[in-house]
Amino acid sequence: MTFDRRKFIAVGTAAVATLSAPMVLAQGAGKPRVVVIGGGSGGATAARYIAKDSNGSIDVTLVEPSRSYFTCYFSNLYIGGFTELEDISHTYGTLAAKYGINVVHDWAVDVDRVAKTVSLAGGAVLPYDKLILSPGIDFVEDAVPGWSVAAQNKMPHAYKAGSQSELLKAQIMAMPEGGRFAMVAPPNPYRCPPGPYERVSMVAHVLSQMNPTAKILIADPKPKFSKQALFEEGWQRHYSGMVERIGPDFGGENVSVDTEAMTIDIDGMVENVDVCNVIPAQKAGRIADMAGVTGGNWAPVNAADMSSKMDPDVHVLGDAAAQGDMPKSGFAANSQAKVCAMAVRGALTGSKVFPAKFTNTCWSLIAEDDGVKVGATYEATEEKIAKVDGFISQTGEDAATRKATYEESVGWYAGITTDMFD
Amino acid sequence: MRAHLPALTLAALLVAGGARAELIGDAEAGARAFNACKGCHQLGNGAEDRIGPHLNGIFGRRAAAHEGYAYSASMERAGVDGLIWTLETLDAYIENPRALVSKTRMSYPGMQNEQARADLLAYLRTFSDNPANIPEAEPTAIGTDHSVAPEILAIQGDPDYGAYLSSECVSCHQVDGSALGIPSITRWPEEDFVVAMHAYKDNLRPHPVMQMMAGRLSNEEIAALAAYFKDLD
Repeated sequence: MTFDRRKFIAVGTAAVATLSAPMVLAQGAGKPRVVVIGGGSGGATAARYIAKDSNGSIDVTLVEPSRSYFTCYFSNLYIGGFTELEDISHTYGTLAAKYGINVVHDWAVDVDRVAKTVSLAGGAVLPYDKLILSPGIDFVEDAVPGWSVAAQNKMPHAYKAGSQSELLKAQIMAMPEGGRFAMVAPPNPYRCPPGPYERVSMVAHVLSQMNPTAKILIADPKPKFSKQALFEEGWQRHYSGMVERIGPDFGGENVSVDTEAMTIDIDGMVENVDVCNVIPAQKAGRIADMAGVTGGNWAPVNAADMSSKMDPDVHVLGDAAAQGDMPKSGFAANSQAKVCAMAVRGALTGSKVFPAKFTNTCWSLIAEDDGVKVGATYEATEEKIAKVDGFISQTGEDAATRKATYEESVGWYAGITTDMFD
Repeated sequence: MRAHLPALTLAALLVAGGARAELIGDAEAGARAFNACKGCHQLGNGAEDRIGPHLNGIFGRRAAAHEGYAYSASMERAGVDGLIWTLETLDAYIENPRALVSKTRMSYPGMQNEQARADLLAYLRTFSDNPANIPEAEPTAIGTDHSVAPEILAIQGDPDYGAYLSSECVSCHQVDGSALGIPSITRWPEEDFVVAMHAYKDNLRPHPVMQMMAGRLSNEEIAALAAYFKDLD
C-alpha cells in the first residue's frame, strides 16, 4: 500500500532531521503550520492533499463545526428520492487517522492576520504560517424582504445540506393535493448555478408521482440561468404544465414573502403557497469577512495559487472566493484546493510547484435516468481564473446518453468524496 | 439505489439443456458482439494481456487465476472465494459486471440482450479447451483501433509529474480502480493509456469531458499520467 510507504518515508525523514537539525526538533513545533477553516469540498481536499503530499512535514489543522458533513451536491437527489441522506453524509475520522490531520470541531470566530492566529469559539487560539479559508456561503441579510435565517424553518433554504434538506423534503411530502410549491431563486453569483433548477426538477419528480395536480412556481431575478434549454426541455417532457417560472421581465426580481401567512408577493401579485423554498442572495462565509479578506460580498484571490489579494499568507477556496470564470461548485472548490495545496506546500517546504490547472463539471438530474452536464477547463491568468474550453449536454439527446450521464455523476460523487475524505 | 440481481435464468436453462454446445448461441454473431470487448481484451493466437486479460481458455478457470495479469483486489477476492468462470458465471458477469464483482476494473456497463450474451459466450468458448469440442478457429489478436506516432509512444513518462497531474483525474475516476459509472483507469499498459488519451485529444473517441481534459494535455503529460496510473494500487 502506498500509505505504508508514505509512513515509512515520513519516519525516515524525521530520523534524518534528528541527526542534522536537533535544535529545530527540540522546539517540538518546528514544523510549518497550516490551518484550514471549513471542511467541505475546498477545505477537506486542501487539508488532505497538504497532509498526504508533505509526508508529515507540515502540521495541518482542520477547523469544521460539523461532525457529519452533508454534501450540497446530491442533496437535491435526496429530495427527489434517488439517494438517502446518510449516503451524502461524511465524517472526518479518516483524515485524522490516515493523514494525521488535527480535526477540530469548533467554530472559528476570529482571525488575527498580524499575529497570524485563529481564535475558536471554544477559546483555543491556533497559530498558523498559512491560513486556508473555505467557509462556503452565508446569506445576504434582507435579500428577500420578510425572510430571515430565524424563519428558515417556515421557509427553508435547503442550500446548506442536512437538516434543512430533510425539512424541505418533509414539507413537500406533506403538501395538500393540488398544492403549490414556490421557489425564490437567487441572483448571481451563487453556489451551484444549476442547483435551484435541478431542485425544481426533483420536486416535480416527487410531485408528479404523489401529487400530480400540484404546481411549482419559480420567482427568478435572473433573465437566464444555467442549462436553461436543457431544464426547460426536460420540464416540458417529464412534467408538462407543472412548472411556471416568472423571470425579471414579469417582476421575478421584486419578491417578498410573509412567513406567517405563507404568501409570496411577486411584484404586487400575492400568492398563497404551501411550501416556499427561499434561496436568498449569497456572500462569502462570515469568517472571510472577519478575516478582512473580502471586497464586497466575496474574497478576491490570485488565480495562480488562490491566495487572497489582501494577504499572501491567506488563501480562499470555493464558493467564498471571487476568482474569475469558475462557477461556485464543489467540483471547482476541489480543483482549486489541489492548486492551493501544491502552492502552500511549495512555499512551506520548497516542494515543486507546477502551473495551475482548473477543471469543473456540474451534473444535474432532470428526471430518473435523465442526467445532463456542463463543464469547462480553466487556467490562471494575471487577473483571474480564465476559461479555456467547455462543453454542455445537448437538447434532444437520446435516453442512453442521458442515463450514462447520470451514471457518470454517481461515479463522480464517489470519486470526489474519496478525494476529500478517504 | 437499485439492486441488480444477476439474471442467471438463461445460463441455468442452457446448463439444464444438456447438449449445451448447440444451445449457447451463434458464435459468428458472437464474434461481432465481441467488438464491445476488444478495446481491452484480446483473443486467439498471440493474444496478450492489455487493459484486460486475454480471454483464451477462460472457461473453467478460477477468477483472477491467469498469471501475469494484475487483477483488481475485488476480482482476486472473488477468485479466493471460489468464483469459477462457467457459462452461468460469465453470463452474469457480462450482463452486469459490478453485480458479480463489485469493484472490478472492467469498465463495461453490461450487456442487457440475452441473445447477444449467448452468442458472445458461444464465441468465447471457441477459444477455451474446457468445455471440450472446440471448433478449429482462426484466431487473430485484435489490436488497438487508433495509431499514435512511435516517437510519442516512446516518451518516457515521469510518474511523479503524473502523480501531480492525476489530481485532476481522481475527482471522477476511482483511485481504487473500480469502475462506477466512470471507467477504471488504473494499471493500464502505458501504450494503451497513451493511445486512448490521444484518441480523445484528437476527438476520435467521443466523450466531451475526456476530449476537453485530454485536449489540453501535452504529449509529455499524457506519458506522465500513463506512467503514474500504470502502477497505482
